[in-house]
Amino acid sequence: MSKTLVPAGTLYRGREGQWSWVAHRITGVVIFFFLLVHVLDTSLVRVSPEAYDAVIASYKNPIMGLGELGLVAAIVFHAFNGIRVILVDFWKKGPRYHRQMLWSVVGLWAVVMIAFSIRHLMHVFGG
Amino acid sequence: MATPTIESPRSGRVSPGYSRSSASRGNFEMIAWLFMRLSGALLVVLIFVHLYVNLVTGDGISAIDFGFVAGKWADPLWQIWDLTMLWLAMLHGTNGIRVIINDYAEKNSTRMWLKGVLYTSTVVIVVLGTLVIFTFDPCPVIDGVAHVADYCSAT
Repeated sequence: MSKTLVPAGTLYRGREGQWSWVAHRITGVVIFFFLLVHVLDTSLVRVSPEAYDAVIASYKNPIMGLGELGLVAAIVFHAFNGIRVILVDFWKKGPRYHRQMLWSVVGLWAVVMIAFSIRHLMHVFGG
Repeated sequence: MATPTIESPRSGRVSPGYSRSSASRGNFEMIAWLFMRLSGALLVVLIFVHLYVNLVTGDGISAIDFGFVAGKWADPLWQIWDLTMLWLAMLHGTNGIRVIINDYAEKNSTRMWLKGVLYTSTVVIVVLGTLVIFTFDPCPVIDGVAHVADYCSAT
């Protein structure tokens, strides 16, 4: 079989540009579906205080606690990378420094997530 | 033999056949693109404060219950805060999903159905959330039984 028949795959350019774009889409979709659920769970305050407290109690168990870390991780990445996208689009030197800005995003994300994880796990596990 | 005149691209006199956008779409996509950046910048502030106040300060998630919500929505600032967050996040998210549907759903009918479901969900969630914020009652009486809390005056 000739080499030319091998599909090129779905990689566009790879590297920081494409992977940050992929991560931005995935985190965006995750956040959107949580938002739908979050408006519904908050709406239970109009059903009864007991109904709201019962559903919110499920957010406090350890497995959901870890899920919340994942959600906040997605939000913080989407937020910082979103600022990077704005800078790429509107700042004259944005396109030139988009790689450096992505690594700044990843670094800031790691710092925020380490701090948040410690605090949130203390709340979830009653430390 | 007359030389054909080709107008410069931004002269506004380009023959309609060479125009990239049909007149009916207008500049919706440009407005949507701009909205994503403006709402995104605002949402960073709105959501970071939301997460900080609800999950980081005090006892974080373990302190969240009906009384916590009542305490926040007793202040019009948090009502407006949550209302703005609801509308901007839903529109920002809906437009994001719309773009993703346009990118990956190749059949016209699939795109139409997915976007139909998307827009219906958006309207339901935005209307529901808005009504909840404005009709919230911190001391509800359900089936004749009054909610007991220290901030509810006994009548």
